[in-house]
Amino acid sequence: MWAILSILVENKPGILFKVTHLFRARNFNIDSISVGTTENPDYSKMTITTYGDEKQIDQIVKQLDKMIDTVKVEHLDEHKTVFRELSIFKIKLSNANDSMEINKLANAYGGKVHDVKKDSIMVELTATPDQIKAFEELAKPFGILDVARTGVAALQRSGV
Amino acid sequence: MNKMETMTGAKALMTAMEKEGVKQVFGLPGGANLPMYDEFARCDIRHILVRHEQSAAHMADGFGRVSRKPGVCFATSGPGATNILTGIATAQADSAPMIAVTGQVPVNMIGKDAFQESDIIGMANPVVKYAFQPRTASEVPEVVKKGFFIAESGRPGPVLIDIPKDVQINEEQMTFPDEFKIQGYHPWADPDIVNVEKAIDMLLHAEKPIILAGGGTIISSAFAELQAIAETLMLPVVTTFKGKGAFPETHPLSLGPIGMHGHAEANKMMAEADCVLAIGTRFSDRSVGTFEAFEKRLKIIHMDVDPAEIGKNQTTQIAVIGDVRVNLRVMVKLLLQKAIKKTDETPWLKHVKETKSYWKENLKIHPGEMGAAKILRKLRELLPKESIITTEVGQHQMWASLFYDVIQPGTFFSSTGLGTMGWGFPAAIGAKVAKPDVPVVDIAGDGSFSMTENSLATAVLEDIPVIVFLLNNSTLGMVAQWQRTFYGRRMIGVDQQSCPDYVKLAESYGAQGIRAQSMDELDKAIKTALSSNVATVIDIPIDPEEDVLPFVAPGTSLSDMILPS
Ligand SMILES: Cc1ncc(C[n+]2csc(CCOP(=O)(O)OP(=O)(O)O)c2C)c(N)n1
Repeated sequence: MWAILSILVENKPGILFKVTHLFRARNFNIDSISVGTTENPDYSKMTITTYGDEKQIDQIVKQLDKMIDTVKVEHLDEHKTVFRELSIFKIKLSNANDSMEINKLANAYGGKVHDVKKDSIMVELTATPDQIKAFEELAKPFGILDVARTGVAALQRSGV
Repeated sequence: MNKMETMTGAKALMTAMEKEGVKQVFGLPGGANLPMYDEFARCDIRHILVRHEQSAAHMADGFGRVSRKPGVCFATSGPGATNILTGIATAQADSAPMIAVTGQVPVNMIGKDAFQESDIIGMANPVVKYAFQPRTASEVPEVVKKGFFIAESGRPGPVLIDIPKDVQINEEQMTFPDEFKIQGYHPWADPDIVNVEKAIDMLLHAEKPIILAGGGTIISSAFAELQAIAETLMLPVVTTFKGKGAFPETHPLSLGPIGMHGHAEANKMMAEADCVLAIGTRFSDRSVGTFEAFEKRLKIIHMDVDPAEIGKNQTTQIAVIGDVRVNLRVMVKLLLQKAIKKTDETPWLKHVKETKSYWKENLKIHPGEMGAAKILRKLRELLPKESIITTEVGQHQMWASLFYDVIQPGTFFSSTGLGTMGWGFPAAIGAKVAKPDVPVVDIAGDGSFSMTENSLATAVLEDIPVIVFLLNNSTLGMVAQWQRTFYGRRMIGVDQQSCPDYVKLAESYGAQGIRAQSMDELDKAIKTALSSNVATVIDIPIDPEEDVLPFVAPGTSLSDMILPS
């Protein structure tokens, strides 16, 4: 099971280390992580995605909850949550047509095109990890030169 | 909020500790904690000097387990701080309350690889309940207050307070808060009446119910409640090794500890039970063997103060979260209200009693005069029931589990989580400081005692008369046993060759050393040690080939016990 965990922590140095260390020490893997401050400067919010069976996810949530620096830990329901990841792809252009094709592809996924050069192009995509993966598959035949991804940011929808 | 006062960080530390009721600390000075040490000259806190910081932490740990107030240890920065890490990790593994105060290089030197700088916060984080590093002197009072609160509340544990030297020296306006808030820390839960009711129901409907009491039962002093429930529902009681002595081991319903070196009768009955009331235990692999085998046949009711323990190692049918004493009280009350009291002996209980008496009579013990069982039974016979026992780690520890019956609950302590050799002797010193009026005995092996034997200096000079009951097999016995059993008798790195002479060693420290080579000599030695007011080492040479049995081999289940043939 893929799980999105939303963790509100005190905005103090060293906390990212403690949270990530907890995953290592308890034999869990972090699939993606993103951290940012919140509207309240006392807190930061981490979004961590990970894999595990129900029992394992339940355990990691409890262990995170037990940490004194975590204010709130939530296992978000994927279906009631808006979650996005930012990715930037640098893609190879081999012939005149490629640029047009990639533009089309980017459009289809709501991406933006940047830094168009003779032999490469960049696409910025904000989407779910699945959509990014799908885009990546389609872009592969052109030749992906480089990729950067941010990790998921997620918020639960209101009234659910 | 108290009135503001100007003072140094070091002075604020002492003042804050006095407010927490600290009467003594165990430690060793160095450059980075000298400003704090200087304050000992001007306050009422006693400083007990150790010979190695690991022992300071174990002493604080022993003090904490007995008094259930955090023991305090002090170390300088760098190597002093790293030396106490084993002690901190040991306390963490056994949920013992502790405060470790380390000196640190000045704030502006942190991260510069300064002399005796170590990132002790980074190193200790995985093995502390929490770690603080105040960056200004005025933070010190609140840090201390929070530190003590965190260390002793909920599931207790060690807290590290790392104080940079300039923070110790700087003078600032101090306020000593009476109240404080820690956002992400909620150590208390309300009594869980609903689940306690369900638990009673499940126990009443089980055919072969049993109680498994863990260390949490001892930490929360739930002795009377446990006994009331066992007697009302007529439930047999096994413990984990950490829970040894949560229930009087001389009680007819007691079966003793389960686990790798548990009692045959306890392992047998645990393996047959169909429903367990598990109190304050984390279902350690040493206690339950393979997890899968254990949970397959059993309905588990799990009571624990730490929600993260529920479902960690075992799937549970009913979880009761919160202080176990609080919830056990609810259970006692409900049983009373509903007038539930079992009096008839069930077939299960009859079977339990028969199994127990069979093993009490038929467990094979060493035939020699100085076999472990006889030695430990002699100790039990001569010690007052309120005596406190600590142990080291090895065969002697497991023989203590098998043959030393704890009569008064909460008087037996061991490094069961981390399994730290060298823990027992300094922990005994800490225990004796907490309870000076009762005899304190460290049941030791020669290998373990060698690791912290220099604490004899502390015991003698600081006038803390504990007894080291040394089962001396001149070998790292437990490892030797594994090599005999699993490695075709290839004995590597276990021979200690009767060195040193522990009687002379004790004497050279100004302690008392007595060798006991017969039961008569042992009898006299114990009596002499009990009546003298100096630390005593009783050196008891034993057979290096004696094994601890029964034994549940690692990776197997409780029903696969190896028994003495
Ligand atoms: C610090 C530490 N190092 C190594 C071990 C591994 N170990 C477990 S038992 C044991 C032997 C203990 O020997 P001793 O204290 O003489 O006790 P005995 O088994 O002979 O009773 C060892 C080396 C340990 N538990 N702790």
